[in-house]
Amino acid sequence: MEYYLNIFIKAVFVENMALAFFLGMCTFLAVSKKVETAIGLGIAVVVVQTITVPVNNLINSFFLKEGADLWQLMGVDIDLSFIGLVVYIGVIAAIVQILEMVLDKFFPPLYNALGIFLPLITVNCAILGGTLLMVERDLNFPESVVFGLGSGIGWALALVAIAGIREKLKYADIPKGLEGLGITFIISGLMALGFSSFSGISL
Amino acid sequence: MSEKKSLKSTLLDPILANNPIGLQILGICSALAVTSKMETAALMSVSLTAVVACSNLFISLIRNVIPSSIRIIVQMVIIASLVIIVDQVLRAFFPDVAKQLAVFVGLIITNCIVMGRAEAVAMKTPPLPSFIDGLGNGLGYSAMLMMVATLRELFGSGTWFGMTVFQTQADGGWYIPNGLMLLPPSSFFIIGLLIWAIRAYKPEQNEAPAFVEADAAKPLYSPHGH
Repeated sequence: MEYYLNIFIKAVFVENMALAFFLGMCTFLAVSKKVETAIGLGIAVVVVQTITVPVNNLINSFFLKEGADLWQLMGVDIDLSFIGLVVYIGVIAAIVQILEMVLDKFFPPLYNALGIFLPLITVNCAILGGTLLMVERDLNFPESVVFGLGSGIGWALALVAIAGIREKLKYADIPKGLEGLGITFIISGLMALGFSSFSGISL
Repeated sequence: MSEKKSLKSTLLDPILANNPIGLQILGICSALAVTSKMETAALMSVSLTAVVACSNLFISLIRNVIPSSIRIIVQMVIIASLVIIVDQVLRAFFPDVAKQLAVFVGLIITNCIVMGRAEAVAMKTPPLPSFIDGLGNGLGYSAMLMMVATLRELFGSGTWFGMTVFQTQADGGWYIPNGLMLLPPSSFFIIGLLIWAIRAYKPEQNEAPAFVEADAAKPLYSPHGH
């Protein structure tokens, strides 16, 4: 239990997807103007991340990696890991699509709230990045569930935090030219510096 | 894109006037993470330019037969296949640098520059202009990456492409490396300031202020009459 808690805390703070690995930056900068939308997108990312990382983990261990279960059962020696990228992105696109349909059918309010953000998530590199990091670290299934949840929450947390700052910042008197994108970069840099203070923590 | 826009401006515009990172907010993740050294940044730039140019070319070639309802998946498959080729080439010829780039080569798939250009240009334009547009945007991305990496490597470790420029104090020279430059957050500051510089040079890129002081807040009477 403690072991999984460690993975979780590490994924949320120490190895924050947005501010330590800089994944999902495009959406991070583009959709952080309002706290409300940031929360919507954050929830969507948490949900998708918690589903896709474990699913890709299963696919990786059953079909793709060297000595995968299925091929061992059949007694053949195949290493399909090179085709991983296509498979992962396909799985992510498919899951986002399915999730969209399920939400539309069973939870219309949530669907309306997330609306436009769901399709955007397919091209959010935090999602694919989570899967690739999971593959690189060779996590097992329960670890990947915790890692998926933690990294999703970490990303959402960073997004909501920067949206809060930007909402206040609207009223600040910023030099022309630095307004908008420029100052947002600098704030993110300061936030990343803050988050890098977690990096000394060993759990 | 209009017919009148020449191939040359398609190629050169994205470098300064319409930079994908500086103005379109695309492809930022990798720009931050791989720029601590020129070597990784250069390899990343070449990879991305190759992928975006080729994906634009191939998507444009089949643009008339892609049903629009599944176009995202088709684009993804083409891009992902190209990225796999690049990934395998890098691993074969530059194993050390490929290890440092780690997941970021794979993440070219979700790099918004590639998807953005595919969606905005390749689906609507004939192959040659699409290819040139891809090349141009790749170069714009590369230019930004090179600038950031130059600053970070020069001030962070006193070298450029591994060659010593400033002799560091540890090697008996005079330069004390700025450790902050090697940390990823510094690239945020550098890009932020570069954007400021570009916008100072090209004021038309300035964003409209999000909040304008209400008129009533201004003094109704001022003695100097303005």
